Amino acid sequence: MAANGTGIGARVLRLEDRRFLTGRGRYTDDINRDGQLHASFLRSPHAHARIRSIDVAAAATMPGVEAVYTGRDFRKVDAFDALTDEDVGGLICGWMIHSKDGSPMKAGAHPALAKDVVRYVGDHVAVVVARTLREAQDAAEAIVVDYDVRPSVTDVAKARAPGQPEVHEGIAGNTVFEWEIGNKAETEAAFASAAHVTRIDLTNNRLVPNPMEPRVAIGEYDPGEEAWTLHTTSQNPHVARLILSAFVGLAPEHKLRVVAPDVGGGFGSKIFVYAEEVVCLWAARRLKRPVKWTSDRSEAFLADAHGRDHVTRAELATDAEHRITGLRVHTTANLGAYLSTFASSVPTYLYATLLSGQYAIPAIHAEVDAVYTNTAPVDAYRGAGRPEATFVVERLVEVAARELGLDPVAFRRRNFVRSFPHQTPVIMSYDAGDYDAALTKALEMADTAGFAARRADSERRGRLRGLGYSAYIEACGIAPSQAVGSLGAGVGLWESAEVRVNPTGNIEVLTGSHSHGQGHETTFAQLVSDRLGVPIDAVKIVHRDTDKVQFGMGTYGSRSGAVGMSAVAKALDKVIAKGRKVAAHVLEASEQDIEFKDGAFTVAGTDRSLGFADTALQAYVAHKFNGSELEPGLKEGAFYDPTNFTFPAGVHICEVEIDPATGVTTIERFTAVDDFGNVINPMIVEGQVHGGIAQGVGQALMEGARYDETGQLVTASFMDYAMPRAHDLPEIAIGMTVTPCPSNPLGIKGCGEAGAIAAPPAVINAVTDALGHEDIAMPATPAAVWRAVRARALPMAAE
Amino acid sequence: MASVSMTVNGKAVSGEVDPRTLLVQYLRETLRLTGTHVGCDTSQCGACVVHVDGQAVKACTMLALQCEGADVLTIEGLANGAELHPMQAAFREHHGLQCGFCTPGMIMTAVDMVHRLGNDLPETTIREELEGNLCRCTGYHNIVKSIAAGARDMAASPMRQAAE
Repeated sequence: MAANGTGIGARVLRLEDRRFLTGRGRYTDDINRDGQLHASFLRSPHAHARIRSIDVAAAATMPGVEAVYTGRDFRKVDAFDALTDEDVGGLICGWMIHSKDGSPMKAGAHPALAKDVVRYVGDHVAVVVARTLREAQDAAEAIVVDYDVRPSVTDVAKARAPGQPEVHEGIAGNTVFEWEIGNKAETEAAFASAAHVTRIDLTNNRLVPNPMEPRVAIGEYDPGEEAWTLHTTSQNPHVARLILSAFVGLAPEHKLRVVAPDVGGGFGSKIFVYAEEVVCLWAARRLKRPVKWTSDRSEAFLADAHGRDHVTRAELATDAEHRITGLRVHTTANLGAYLSTFASSVPTYLYATLLSGQYAIPAIHAEVDAVYTNTAPVDAYRGAGRPEATFVVERLVEVAARELGLDPVAFRRRNFVRSFPHQTPVIMSYDAGDYDAALTKALEMADTAGFAARRADSERRGRLRGLGYSAYIEACGIAPSQAVGSLGAGVGLWESAEVRVNPTGNIEVLTGSHSHGQGHETTFAQLVSDRLGVPIDAVKIVHRDTDKVQFGMGTYGSRSGAVGMSAVAKALDKVIAKGRKVAAHVLEASEQDIEFKDGAFTVAGTDRSLGFADTALQAYVAHKFNGSELEPGLKEGAFYDPTNFTFPAGVHICEVEIDPATGVTTIERFTAVDDFGNVINPMIVEGQVHGGIAQGVGQALMEGARYDETGQLVTASFMDYAMPRAHDLPEIAIGMTVTPCPSNPLGIKGCGEAGAIAAPPAVINAVTDALGHEDIAMPATPAAVWRAVRARALPMAAE
Repeated sequence: MASVSMTVNGKAVSGEVDPRTLLVQYLRETLRLTGTHVGCDTSQCGACVVHVDGQAVKACTMLALQCEGADVLTIEGLANGAELHPMQAAFREHHGLQCGFCTPGMIMTAVDMVHRLGNDLPETTIREELEGNLCRCTGYHNIVKSIAAGARDMAASPMRQAAE
């Protein structure tokens, strides 16, 4: 740790907090441009319909209206500002998945504005651009659309059934792909010789990410520069720019600036390029005025990408010694009406590659069928595939232990991976971990030894008490570019950094990572303070703007520490190496004799030294060396491509009490012990765990997006979709174990998603333990629990 | 259009507004006080909480015209110059914010909670009182701790109550 107490491992208070605490954050909706117009979208009220005609005449003449556009208008613009016959490019899915028969996934067209067919409630039909938002909204209501309403399908379990309507004409059975991983023959052999087989059917409920800041886009076009600017709520502005230029074809990459300023949470939902961003940029070009769109919450529910939505049958084979010998999984994943930016990767390589959990399982075979339905697109949401995998593995292991009459803790320990590296049958090679250590610590912190007494006390009060475990593993730090490229990714997943040391010795660090709540302006600065021995307030983290940062892949998948900070570390090494050369000239010593320690370059074995700031000054004044020996300046860049995924793992333990009279589940204790490798700032890491657990508890007990049989989203507001509030959640006890990650220079594994991954099975294992049977689906709402209690005629509190 | 005048953060403001303009729209769009946020359209999230005549109000539930003559305090008016209000300082000290979007509403709610219920706030009370404020980042754990600490610190530092 740096001598100044602001280095790696220090609980440094956040540098970005002041602006948020005083109302001076700058979120996209806080930005207003000169001459700005406002956009309001007319959205489909039907889940599936053919558009016979759209009459915009009345809307176009309403007060303040500058333009009304439909899918028919949405064509490319030529150099003379005229509309061409060529449609603007559609939105893309950037990860190619091949079915087991070798055929590529079936990607239906995804226009930003619907042309002939609408495919979900909330689909984009037309846009009004007007002087004020209220005028735009009023005019959007005056657009008349003649719909030929078609039958729709929204249920993932029914999408492939015979006779269901086709979401995309010609894509048979609504099937995007039928994919598999693992070894089928070995797995079948394991099941054939198993002493016991446990079989469960699971639903991984559909969720709405709901960052508190709704999405916003402001498109601008500068006719003089012939250049575009997009301010948007993005987790990865460079990726957005790449897609908008290379695929949608709106503007050349070097003429398009994308800025994602303060962003109010993302949780995955702001990774993707959305229709509204495309339309605002295009309309700005047409109208030569900035065009701003701000989502309201209702639109966010309808049209932000949702998460999860799997149905799964899973089977676990064990031998007579209670060792797991095989795992077989069949999952149907709902991808919604269109393939969102990374939709195809989530139920495949981000899901089934984690099905080995923390266990040594010799044979695994998983099949995943992905389907279209008339629902909002489904893509990555906090954890993205890994919560779904963990729910399968940890429910299966728990149920198997109960069926076999074993202590679920002992059964887990019996099957833990204990030697590293460990190659699973599903691609991943676990590099480091100590699963026993986390489990032991969690048992202690959760006082599981005292559970029997607490359960007896609950029973005396007519309540049901249950204990549930979740020993999770996830793959973070995505990812080695070559590896993901071979699996179908359209991009590399490295990260870039540039360290600019100014002549006065303060430092700007440019990073392609993007902070939207994670506190990078603090943690990245801690790394610099640590490595260079400079005060933390001499460091500024520059991110979020494609005009400032050359390129980057953004923030998701808990990758910013492991990948983004590793890039910074690499650039810092180069700065120190250059500084050593400068100091050697100034101190008139050989470069080999210069050491860098505690913020100064010193001639080894002497008291001759040059402080870091003085070295920077000397690098820029360049009086002590000539240009043929050394270039002036002190600025270095690095690209860091990881060598492996990272594998955070841990154990979460949930203890619940259920009131059988009301079905209300109360979380009495929640304990999380995680191994995130080395930790930069424990305060921030703990905050990430708290938030992840809250979302996981939400999934387990409260949240569920529901479409009715006509395709209406009936959970489309905070009054209908139950997001956890403060009194729904317990105090959370957090512990950590550390096995440094050997795959990156900082030993970091990543912490952003662990809570959302680990919590759902911990909660459901506790609820089923309390109920005494396994038949409960997420969300285990009071109504569902009450019905489950009744079904089994468990004792009522009132009796 | 209708005319309205009120005091916002100690300053007299007045102007013409479309009568359907909500208080939060007036604050954000007309006065450009963008610290007050909009996180929903059903008065559920609490990101827009401000104080009107000393009481916490969701600024999306009032028309600007209803605030005629009122004294409005927003997050921008809470600190005493460069010195953070004790509740703001407590949120920083206890990491009670991540993305910062719900934070202004949380802090305005928390200050109101202290005004109504005093400086010694049990955790269960804080959790119940946060019924009207959603946060998606923190799991509320550190918000609850921040409010308990901020409430205590407000007793020790009465500067803000004096100003109101």
